[in-house]
Amino acid sequence: MNCIIIDDETTARAIIIQLCSNIPRVTVLEEFSNAIQAIKYLNQNDVDLILLDIHMPDFTGFDFIQTLKNPPKVVLMTSDANLALEAFEYDCIVDYLVKPITLPRLEKAFHKADLTRIKRVENGVSVKKNTLSTGNDLYINIDRRLIKIDIPSIYLVEAKGDYIHVKTEDQNYTVHSTLKKIEGKLPDSLFLKVHRSYIINVNKIIDIEDNSVLIKKDVIPVSRSNRPELMKRLNLL
Amino acid sequence: MEQPNLSYIESMSGGNEAFEKKIIGIIKVEFPEEKHVYFENIGANNFKAAAENVHKLKHKISILGLERSYALADDFETNLKNESTTGKDEFDAILHLMTDFLETI
Repeated sequence: MNCIIIDDETTARAIIIQLCSNIPRVTVLEEFSNAIQAIKYLNQNDVDLILLDIHMPDFTGFDFIQTLKNPPKVVLMTSDANLALEAFEYDCIVDYLVKPITLPRLEKAFHKADLTRIKRVENGVSVKKNTLSTGNDLYINIDRRLIKIDIPSIYLVEAKGDYIHVKTEDQNYTVHSTLKKIEGKLPDSLFLKVHRSYIINVNKIIDIEDNSVLIKKDVIPVSRSNRPELMKRLNLL
Repeated sequence: MEQPNLSYIESMSGGNEAFEKKIIGIIKVEFPEEKHVYFENIGANNFKAAAENVHKLKHKISILGLERSYALADDFETNLKNESTTGKDEFDAILHLMTDFLETI
């Protein structure tokens, strides 16, 4: 089996090359410090498997996979165990290794890759299972770009005239849409409309006082009619 | 406080001393660079970028066998994502410990 390594960290690449040298049936064809170089290489070469870091500047491992029409098998490597769930939404990802990687664990990943067949996509660029939307993502249109937002990361949606402000853990977005429209896209299990202008992620509540709720640094009014539903959702002692 | 060690590198090298020297050499070059970028970002209150830097540094913390420090770094990374610097002093102490260790090998 041949493979390439994509990781912006020199130390990580050196370690993986060393570990691969202990697995006779594995050949490391090339190593890349960024995904752009790797895309060029993949356009011209057949590769059985990619050992791919998730956290890279500018272009994450997931972004990289999305750019490939027919990606080879991918083994993800990361220091973040929390991304495993997202990883397995992709057909091409056969394993998920948490750094520091050991030889037995890497051998197991290659073994899994041997046993896994991945579906080839004939048309389109979707490599995620079923569709690009897995139920955890919301795509919003900003300046003709569709930007993916991880739904659980949204903590507040605020209506402002013809626009809504979508606030997430990392970034805020202003979108030309309505609260009613986004309400239909958000899971009821996580989100609650607490006021005609606000939808909150109930998991992100810090505290509740009288007719307001503190969520991150925002104090959000709770209307009288929505308060009973909010109280019903709380795990009250 | 736990001390850095080369157990992981030695277990991975399979006794290949040339590789051990090579990987230590790479860490000696890469670690100060990553540390420098982290201090720049944390000094500028650029918490998101600093969280990315901490994420990268976590790998080297684990390579040097600092398991408890890894957990502290993990918490600090989460705090930075939430724009909190809680855990900064402890994390900086880990970097200091690693710096000292790398100077001895």
